Amino acid sequence: MDLLAKELVYQPGSEFHLDSMSFGMKKGEIYTLLGRTLSGKTTLLKTIAGLIQPDSGRVLFEGKDLNSIPVWKRNIAMVYQQFINYPHLNVYDNVAFPLRQRAISDNELRLRVSDAIERVGLKDFESRRIQELSGGQQQRVALARSLAKQAEILLLDEPLVNLDYKLREQLREEFSKIFTSEYSSDSILIYSSTDPMEAMQLGGETIVLDEGRILQQGPASEIFENPATTRVAEITNDPAMNLLSGEIAGSKVIINSKMSFDIPIHFRNLASGQYTFGIRASDIALDKKGYPFNVELAEISGSETFLHAKNENVSLVGQLDLVKNFNVGEKVNLHLDSQKLYAFGLDKNLASSPFKELARG
Amino acid sequence: MRKLYITLKYLFIGLWSMFVVAPFLWALSTSFKDFNSVTGGATYIPWVDFEPSLEGWKVLLRSPAQGGVNIVEPYFNSIAVTCLASFISIFLGTLAAYALSRFTFKASFIKNSDITFFFISQRIMPPIVLSIPFFIMLGKLGLLDSMLGLIMVYVVLLMPIAVWIMVDFFNKVPKEIDETALIDGCNPYQAFYKVVLPNSIPGLIVAGMFCMIFGWTDFFFAFILTFTEVQLLPVAIVALNSSITPWWSLSASALVSVAPLIVVAFIVERYLSKGNLSGALK
Repeated sequence: MDLLAKELVYQPGSEFHLDSMSFGMKKGEIYTLLGRTLSGKTTLLKTIAGLIQPDSGRVLFEGKDLNSIPVWKRNIAMVYQQFINYPHLNVYDNVAFPLRQRAISDNELRLRVSDAIERVGLKDFESRRIQELSGGQQQRVALARSLAKQAEILLLDEPLVNLDYKLREQLREEFSKIFTSEYSSDSILIYSSTDPMEAMQLGGETIVLDEGRILQQGPASEIFENPATTRVAEITNDPAMNLLSGEIAGSKVIINSKMSFDIPIHFRNLASGQYTFGIRASDIALDKKGYPFNVELAEISGSETFLHAKNENVSLVGQLDLVKNFNVGEKVNLHLDSQKLYAFGLDKNLASSPFKELARG
Repeated sequence: MRKLYITLKYLFIGLWSMFVVAPFLWALSTSFKDFNSVTGGATYIPWVDFEPSLEGWKVLLRSPAQGGVNIVEPYFNSIAVTCLASFISIFLGTLAAYALSRFTFKASFIKNSDITFFFISQRIMPPIVLSIPFFIMLGKLGLLDSMLGLIMVYVVLLMPIAVWIMVDFFNKVPKEIDETALIDGCNPYQAFYKVVLPNSIPGLIVAGMFCMIFGWTDFFFAFILTFTEVQLLPVAIVALNSSITPWWSLSASALVSVAPLIVVAFIVERYLSKGNLSGALK
């Protein structure tokens, strides 16, 4: 492992921002820190950058203790979620700024700056002032600055969160291309996000954070398919995975008096008893033969409708592939695909998933 | 409707401009009058209403022995004291303000806001309260009636203005800019002067203007702490007054004394709108 964090603790007030956090990262890999707001993502990035000194614990890079190296001597680049640039400099000088802080020859500086500016698609904007650029272009300048530095660790703190929907989609795609190019082969790229889609799209390894702790670490697809706990299932799905309390009794999965399913095949090894069952919003569909629900709220987003519905004590959100207006209180029938059900034990750990059977007593 | 709006707007601007410019024109016209032209009823236009005279201006250059008040030396004294005191106040005040804006200080119940208030509180006290301790202190240091003594006193009076304005300004400069500069290889001092300071030029200019205006127009301390060796412009102008109020030379001296501030305002005006932080943090 090239970057090692050992038992990082940071507690500025009553709450932990980093709670005994340990992990290892390798060069040439992309890591996505996935977590809700205040889960510790930015604190962790700032700790790696050296902007925050942890209360205890160490960060080691290639065996060297980073705690004793000041920020400006670390070979790290960072892009913030706000579009941070130097307003008194033009685009070229912004990108050249970190290189001018080092003794780099004029020729190399010019090459690296031009290359970075070209890579983010701002070739014709070199002499523009930052204020003359749009939000997306400003964030590209910040990215170009971090690319030009050719840092060993590149930190991206929710770089797309402040952009509008369309631009976010477009930049997300471009970012993936830039990061998966040859640049990332000898550097560690750490990308923080609240959006599970971004983690999936970037690929690489995902680290799920919550309240300053690492809940799960592994390939993005693995975490998506087999979330270790109910909390991970909530964080790694947008909308969050629906969690329903129920029980397995013989060959039935019983949610409440009106809702029960035949036990799906991947639950066959589960013992009878109480469980929390999880189902993704996208695995819920309108179906006349489905269970009756009352509509509580319907949100139309693009070509989809997020339907919030309730049946007795069961509230869930369905992601429907259509644009339809529902009235509040309207009765709908929803089909829950039992083959896509997850089961979590009373300890909230995953007991069985559609992708993997976990033998449990 | 739109035409009416534009007409009203320009009418208002025109009236306001007259309101602002009229005193200057009045002073300018009066400075070229003599005793008879001033006391002989309202006159406005030279060569038409009255015969212009340079007497008012000549008095300012004549030595006291020749019945004048030489304001050349006090004029340069004032420029030197104001510029130096303003520069020192801005230099120290900016450093203090940056520290107060970026770092957290805590000594029991005293926090950053208390320290900022401490600076401002120096301006809350009536000057008369400060005058006696200043007089005694400068007397003991042997700095009464000296440029250095005056500069020291003015720094005490002007620095709170600089701190007050600059703390507010630095608070509006996102901390992330400093952090980015650190990550990009600047040590904290380089981050301050390479990144934060160039983006704070409008604040520095506003603070500088306030310092210069307060320093330039102060009469009270200049009058109390100097006698014969060093004289500043406001004190010299007051010396013009005699049994007959010499409106012509008072007008000339008024124009001469506001001239530097107007020149400075014209020079720095474009910087006030030029530097802004909209590209730092959208």
